Amino acid sequence: MIQTISTTHYLVLAAALFCLGMLGVLIRRNALVVFMCIELMLNATNLTFLAFARERGDDLGHLSAFFIIAVAAAEASVGLAIVISVFRARGTVNIEELQSMKH
Amino acid sequence: MIAEQVLFWVFALGTVGSAAAVVFTRNAVASAMSLVGCFFFLAGVYVLLWAHTIAAIQVLVYAGAIMVLFLFVIMLLSLSDQGPVLSFTPSRILGGVAVVALFVALTLVFRQGSDAPLTWTGDAAKLSSFGTIQHLGEVLYTQWLFPFEAVSLLLLVAILGAVVVAKPRI
Repeated sequence: MIQTISTTHYLVLAAALFCLGMLGVLIRRNALVVFMCIELMLNATNLTFLAFARERGDDLGHLSAFFIIAVAAAEASVGLAIVISVFRARGTVNIEELQSMKH
Repeated sequence: MIAEQVLFWVFALGTVGSAAAVVFTRNAVASAMSLVGCFFFLAGVYVLLWAHTIAAIQVLVYAGAIMVLFLFVIMLLSLSDQGPVLSFTPSRILGGVAVVALFVALTLVFRQGSDAPLTWTGDAAKLSSFGTIQHLGEVLYTQWLFPFEAVSLLLLVAILGAVVVAKPRI
């Protein structure tokens, strides 16, 4: 007997996605991969919004997801522009070598 | 009911598997392609949650536009893969432990919630319009018009900012 799918399943899936994204942000050294992991975390947030919208029978949560996707698009474009300009200035996107702002 | 369960597990395992591939593959292009797969599986999960419109937007905007941007930048920079994917410094090990602890804590909290199957709790009249592009559009262009316009302005500013930052000389 398989358990029926409840909100908890979706929330645990979102938690797994968020934690994988956070793990990537913490352990990867390529700035582009770090950006992709941030996108993963944003998607986990979207999933929680949609799961609660479905649970409550109220689709306003869909609008939150819509705005998050729009802001993520803006974030990705500006972030990638910064990565390009850092690469042009330093010749690397390895975040371990980009530490001139450390004290 | 059984179809929903099978589809949920297929999409959920696909999402988590491809997300893990994003984090743990060496090649940045392979990471990006895994992320595209992850977004497609996630769009399937969204359809299971009756969020058809958001699923379509997810595929169009995320798997389409944003990932093309990522792939362009990866190939533009033509990065060589040097050194190990992961290096185990104390701070990284601490970070990994913290992430695992966070996942366990979140799972324990979420399991307190009800295990009941998702039944329709809203107004019966809203059932047919839930998550349709018609209903979302109506709400978006009346009640949420100002945030919508603010987001469009934000996108415009972001595009201009990206051009200004990325261009060597204007």
